[in-house]
Amino acid sequence: MDLRTLTFIVVGASFALYIGIAFWTRARSTGDFYVAGTHVHPVANGMATAADWMSAASFISMAGLIAFLGYDGSVYLMGWTGGYVLLALLLAPYLRKWGRFTVPEFIGERYYSNAARTVAVICLIFISFTYVAGQMRGVGIVFSRFLEVPLHIGLALGMGVVFIYAVLGGMKGITYTQVAQYCVLIFAYTVPAVFIAIQLTGNPVPQLGLGGTLLGEGAYLLDKLDQIVTELGFRAYTDGSKSTVDVFAITLALMVGTAGLPHVIVRFFTVPKVSDARRSAGWALLFIAILYTTAPAVGAMARYNLINTLQPGEIGAVDGSLAYAQRPPWFRTWEDTGLLRFTDRNGDDRVQYYNDANPHFAATADRYGWQGNELEVDQDIIVLANPEIARLPNWVIALVAAGGIAAALSTAAGLLLVISAAFSHDLLKSIIAPGITDRQELAAGRIAAGVAIVLAGYLGWNPPGFVAQVVAFAFGLAAASLFPAILLGIFSKRMNKQGAIAGMLTGLVFTFSYILVYKGVFFEPLRENIAANWLFGISPEGIGVVGMLLNFAVAFAVSRATRPPPAEVQELVEYIRIPRGAVAANSAH
Amino acid sequence: MTERDDRAYWRANLKLVGLCLAAWFVVSYGFGILLVDALNRISFFGFKLGFWFAQQGSIFAFLVIIFFYAWRMNALDRKFGVDED
Repeated sequence: MDLRTLTFIVVGASFALYIGIAFWTRARSTGDFYVAGTHVHPVANGMATAADWMSAASFISMAGLIAFLGYDGSVYLMGWTGGYVLLALLLAPYLRKWGRFTVPEFIGERYYSNAARTVAVICLIFISFTYVAGQMRGVGIVFSRFLEVPLHIGLALGMGVVFIYAVLGGMKGITYTQVAQYCVLIFAYTVPAVFIAIQLTGNPVPQLGLGGTLLGEGAYLLDKLDQIVTELGFRAYTDGSKSTVDVFAITLALMVGTAGLPHVIVRFFTVPKVSDARRSAGWALLFIAILYTTAPAVGAMARYNLINTLQPGEIGAVDGSLAYAQRPPWFRTWEDTGLLRFTDRNGDDRVQYYNDANPHFAATADRYGWQGNELEVDQDIIVLANPEIARLPNWVIALVAAGGIAAALSTAAGLLLVISAAFSHDLLKSIIAPGITDRQELAAGRIAAGVAIVLAGYLGWNPPGFVAQVVAFAFGLAAASLFPAILLGIFSKRMNKQGAIAGMLTGLVFTFSYILVYKGVFFEPLRENIAANWLFGISPEGIGVVGMLLNFAVAFAVSRATRPPPAEVQELVEYIRIPRGAVAANSAH
Repeated sequence: MTERDDRAYWRANLKLVGLCLAAWFVVSYGFGILLVDALNRISFFGFKLGFWFAQQGSIFAFLVIIFFYAWRMNALDRKFGVDED
C-alpha cells in the first residue's frame, strides 16, 4: 500500500474515533457544555489537559527549535512545563472550590464588577484567537504535506471534525476526545524517537540516550555534537547565546503565561473535587513531560544525524561534504516541499552546510573554498522527516501525520470552547440578557462555538502576516493581565475592584505597547528588535514578566488607596481557601 | 471548626506553598539558568549538569514538587478536618 493511502486510512480512522466519542458524550446542560458536569476523573483530566496544552507547535516545531537553538531552547522546555507548578499550587484548587464555569466569571465575581469581567473577556478573546489561528494553520500544513490535498480542503476537514465534537459535546465531548488525541499524539511522537535513540546510542529510552555514548564511537553524543557543530562555525550545542537576564525573563513569562491561559485553567474546573484538582495538575504535567523530555533528545539526535549526512567526510576536505547527486531519498522528498533548499554557491555540486554568519569562521570557510551556507533547513523538518531519516516503515509516517493533526485539533477545540463560553456565559447570560434559560444559553454556546470555528478557519486559511509574531502576545498578555488578577483574588483578601482593574489595564497596555514597538505587527517596528535597544535587556518574548510586576505594583498601590472589598467578597475569599463544602458547578450559588 | 483553625490551616498551606516554590525556583532558575555555567563543569551521566537541569532535570523536579504538594495538602486537609469527604 502506498504512503498516501495509508496516511488517509490512519488519519481517517482517527477522525472516526473522535466523532464516535462526540456522539457518545453529547452535552445535555450548560454544566456539561462548560465544565463536563465536573465528573472527569483526575487522570483523564490530566491527559485531556496535556492534549489541550500541547499544540501543533509543541508537536511539529519544538524539537526542531531546540535542535537549532541548543541550550537556548531550554526556555521553552522549562517555560512550558514549570507553569503547571504555579497552577497546582496557586490557582487550580481554589478555582475548583469556587466552582463556576469561566475565568472572566471568577474575575467578575471576585472583583464585584462587570467592568473587570469585560476586561478579562477581552484578554481571553485576544489570547485565544492568537493561539487558535496557529492551530488551524498547523492542521492545514499537515494535510498539505502528508496528504497532498490543497490547504483549504485540509482546513475545511479539520474545521468540520472540530465542529462536530465541540458543538455537540462541548467540554464533555472535548475532554474525552482529547484523551484519545493524547494517546495518538504521544504514540506518534515517541515511536520514531525510540528507534532513533536505538540506532544512535543503543539505548531505547530517548531521555537516557541523550546522555549516552554513540555506537561505534564511544564518545558521548552531546560532546561529539558540541565538537562537530563548532567545527562548522556554529555555537556549541550545550552553550547559549541569549543573555542570562533574557533567558530568565522568557522562561518566567512562559511559565506565568501558561498558568494564566484560560483554556488551561478551565480544564481544572471539570474534576469532581479540590484534592482532584491538585493531583490532576501533576498528572497533566506527567503526560506533558513524556513529550517534553523526549523533545530535547529528538532535537539533539536529529541535529547530529543531519550534520553527519551532510558531512560524510573530513570537514574542509574537497570531498568532505555530501555530493548533491548522492543525497538520500528523504532529502529529495523534503526538497519537494520546500523545507530543505539547496543553492550551490561555489559550484562544486556538493552541499556545504555551515554558519556563514560567524565572522570568526569566515577565514576558515574561505580556506575551504566555501562561499556561503548552501542549505536552508526549516525547523519543522526535524519532527516531520524523523521517521524517514530513521528508515522507519510507512505506518509510522502515517502515524506522525495523525499525531500532528491530533495535537492541533485538541488545542483548537479547547480554545474554541473558552471563546464560546466567554460569549454565551460572560457576555450574553451575565451582561446582555440575564433572563435567558439554561437551554437558550446552551444553544447560544453552540452557535458561538460554530462561529468561532469558522473565524478560526478563516485565520488559518488567510493568516494575517503577524500570526507568527504574535505568539509572544498570548503568553505575555496572560502573564501580565489574567494571572496577577486571579492570584491576588485568592491570596489577597484586601485586593479590591479598583486595584485589580488598574493592575490588569497597566499590565495589558504596557506589554502590548512594548511588543508593538519592537515587533510592529500592524506597522513598521518603531525600534529595531535587538538586545541593545531592549528595556533591561529583556526581549519582547520575556517582557510579560515586567508587565506582571507592574500589574502587582499598581494593584497594591491603588487598592491601598481605595475602599476594601465588601464583606461578602471577603467571605468568598475565605470560602475558596478551604476545600470543605465544594459543590458541583452550577450557574448560581 | 473555628475561625482560628481555618487561619492555622491557611498558614500551614502558605508555608508548604513557599517551600515548594523555593524548590521550583532553585531547580529551574537556579540550576538551569543562573548557575548553569558553574554546574556545566560537572559531568552527570554524559550530560553537563547545568544543561541537564535546563533540559530534563527541572521538568522531573516539577513533577515531584506537584505530587509532593498534593500529597501533603491532602494530608493537611484531613488533619484540620477541612477535606471534602
